[in-house]
Amino acid sequence: MTILLYLVPAALGLGLLALGAFMWSLKSGQYEDLDGAAHRILNDDDLKDR
Amino acid sequence: MAKSADYSAFLRSNGEGRLTLDLAVEGIGSPDAIAQIENALLGVPGLVRARLNFTTRRLATEWADAVPDPTPAIATLEGLGYRVAPFLSDSAESIEDQRTEWLLKCLAIAGFAAMNVMLLSISVWAGNITDITPETRDLFHWLSALIALPAAGYAGQPFFFSALRALRSGAMNMDVPISIGITLALGMSVYETAHHAEHAYFDSALMLIFFLLAGRVLDHAMRKKTRAAAANLAALRVPVATRLNDDNSLTGLPPEALQPGDVVLVRPGERIAADGVVLMGSSSVDNSLVTGETAAQNVSQGDEVFAGTLNGHAELQVKVSAAGSATLLADIERLMEGAVLAKSTYVQFADRVARIYAPVVHIAAGVTAMGWIALGASVHDAIIIAIAVLIITCPCALALAAPTVQVVVAGALFRRGILMKSGDVIERLAVVDTIVFDKTGTLTLPEPALLDAGDLSEEAMRLASRLAQSSHHPLARALRDYGVSAFGRLEPVQNAEEVTGEGVRALLNGVPIRLGNAAFCEMAPFIWQNEASTIGFRYGEVTGIISIGQALRPDAADTIAALQRDGYRILILSGDQKSAVDAIGRALGVGDCRSRLRPSDKLLVLDALKAEGRTVLMVGDGLNDAPALAAASVSLSPATGSDVTQAAADAVFTGAKLGPVRDALQLCRKGQKVMRDNFLLALLYNLVAVPLAVAGFVTPLIAAAAMSGSSILVTANALRARQAKGLSA
Repeated sequence: MTILLYLVPAALGLGLLALGAFMWSLKSGQYEDLDGAAHRILNDDDLKDR
Repeated sequence: MAKSADYSAFLRSNGEGRLTLDLAVEGIGSPDAIAQIENALLGVPGLVRARLNFTTRRLATEWADAVPDPTPAIATLEGLGYRVAPFLSDSAESIEDQRTEWLLKCLAIAGFAAMNVMLLSISVWAGNITDITPETRDLFHWLSALIALPAAGYAGQPFFFSALRALRSGAMNMDVPISIGITLALGMSVYETAHHAEHAYFDSALMLIFFLLAGRVLDHAMRKKTRAAAANLAALRVPVATRLNDDNSLTGLPPEALQPGDVVLVRPGERIAADGVVLMGSSSVDNSLVTGETAAQNVSQGDEVFAGTLNGHAELQVKVSAAGSATLLADIERLMEGAVLAKSTYVQFADRVARIYAPVVHIAAGVTAMGWIALGASVHDAIIIAIAVLIITCPCALALAAPTVQVVVAGALFRRGILMKSGDVIERLAVVDTIVFDKTGTLTLPEPALLDAGDLSEEAMRLASRLAQSSHHPLARALRDYGVSAFGRLEPVQNAEEVTGEGVRALLNGVPIRLGNAAFCEMAPFIWQNEASTIGFRYGEVTGIISIGQALRPDAADTIAALQRDGYRILILSGDQKSAVDAIGRALGVGDCRSRLRPSDKLLVLDALKAEGRTVLMVGDGLNDAPALAAASVSLSPATGSDVTQAAADAVFTGAKLGPVRDALQLCRKGQKVMRDNFLLALLYNLVAVPLAVAGFVTPLIAAAAMSGSSILVTANALRARQAKGLSA
């Protein structure tokens, strides 16, 4: 059962990592314009060779 | 533009040495607008960042200069065909935004905790039927407690606070049984863990919080979108008051910031921002939004004008006599306050269910405990079973039943151009049996429109529409709008000259072309007919009279007929002249038309209808309708209505058609039906689950399955509310 000593913290750590990532995305305002974000990704005006 | 106004009153510092200006943008249809707008603004001097929020249709701009001049940016956007207005988000909106963010945070934490506790729980459930050692199970339970307790403490706050608020004011809402259920489930689980028991309910408590929060986040997201759209409309309608300073410079500022004694400049076609007296200029003023009267009133130096009225063809300088919301507006607001108070007694269906549900559930749990003790079970076992009853009945599906339907219906309404202020509008619209319409701007189009082209040919009308583009006169605007809808994009006539008070003239292919009054077009005086205004047109030897006036919304007759077929009683209440109101009533087949009503008269009519036991929907746009809108059981206002009216109305509809009124009624009736089905489903689930729980068969596994099963069922059922029969195209 010593395997639990690694696996449980690993599982929790991964979960916390995802939670942290979500909190960061929330704080940086990524949920303020969900409709816009869906369309912005299709815009390739920023490519130089156009 | 002769002089540029400065927008310093709308600028805010962003704390990094830059100034920001928010602009509400109208006319954004396709997502291509994002790139189009942002690229067009790249070259504007002083502008360092422009980002369009496609959800709220707002443009956030950031400026490097100490005194930025946004005029070129606004001109660029208007050149692209968008309407733009500086925008100040109010504090209520930012509080709501913060709350949405907080709910999302709670949801994330509940989700994280629920997943990890479920991971541990499934191990325990699997172990319980195989070979888990009691030590390992205890370890897993303690780990679950370690995750669940702080997570539930944080993520459960929205429910705990709401329950506390309700209890303090002596009321009961769904959050009370939810809070009690969560607290007991966690408390019992800790106790059981400490006593090395097989079952703990940490996962149930967290899942419950997660599902409920999901419902609330959805609800907030829907309201954020409709609220932003409504606020944009408001910003665009009373755009900016232009103050004429002593040094002849101009300042743009929100109308609320005006002081008595300020002089404001009102351009042709703009709404007057404050009550005041005309200092210079003479023009006609359209009072229809304020009094409901359609005939324009001529004003010149020394005349009084009111906030919210529309300036006609010439520029006015107005000295502000009353600041902000004094005088006329204040009277109307006083009437409204009384009316709103009467309405706030409405209790949502979900809360009415909660009032009965919570005591029933708690009594059932108590009876269960006593029953088991009477049957000889130990006190410990009896309490465990009683708590299981509370957990299983925790109104997960019940609490989702209403918000999921509200989100779906609000989304369907939003796509049809109807913005709802709150979720309970659905319930209130569903029970309406009488509809009261205002005439001007509600049954008729808010702007004057082409009524009759006389005997002018299509080609002549095209020329007239082209020439009309060069005039600021409201009648010319109506003609131009007709031209754009009939012929598409129109090329303006070159070198057209506007003669104030007379008309516009130009030379086209060497032939003189004119649009204006009779004398200006060298024609015989027109005979005034049928409450319409007339303009003359001359191109060489071709002449004709074009009449423009209050036109009915294109689908008004069909919509009213359909509503009458649906069994609604229809009334028209107007402040306008009897002849005008009766004519509209005849055209629409409405017998009950009342004219020359003041705002307080409209209130009296509504009170009389209420006394008859009728549930009234009021549809109106004018300031004079605002008290009646607030007094009716539920109210709708077109997006062209005044600020106060939209504040009073429960929902706002956009576009030139009246069809959304019926769509709203149909969708809300369907929504109400689906909502009732949902409550029934949730209740059915309880009928099955509660006996199991009372009998002591409910394990955490069954609780988890039942809870998610019923939540998914209720959510899936809510999707049916997207469609209703007989919606307008």
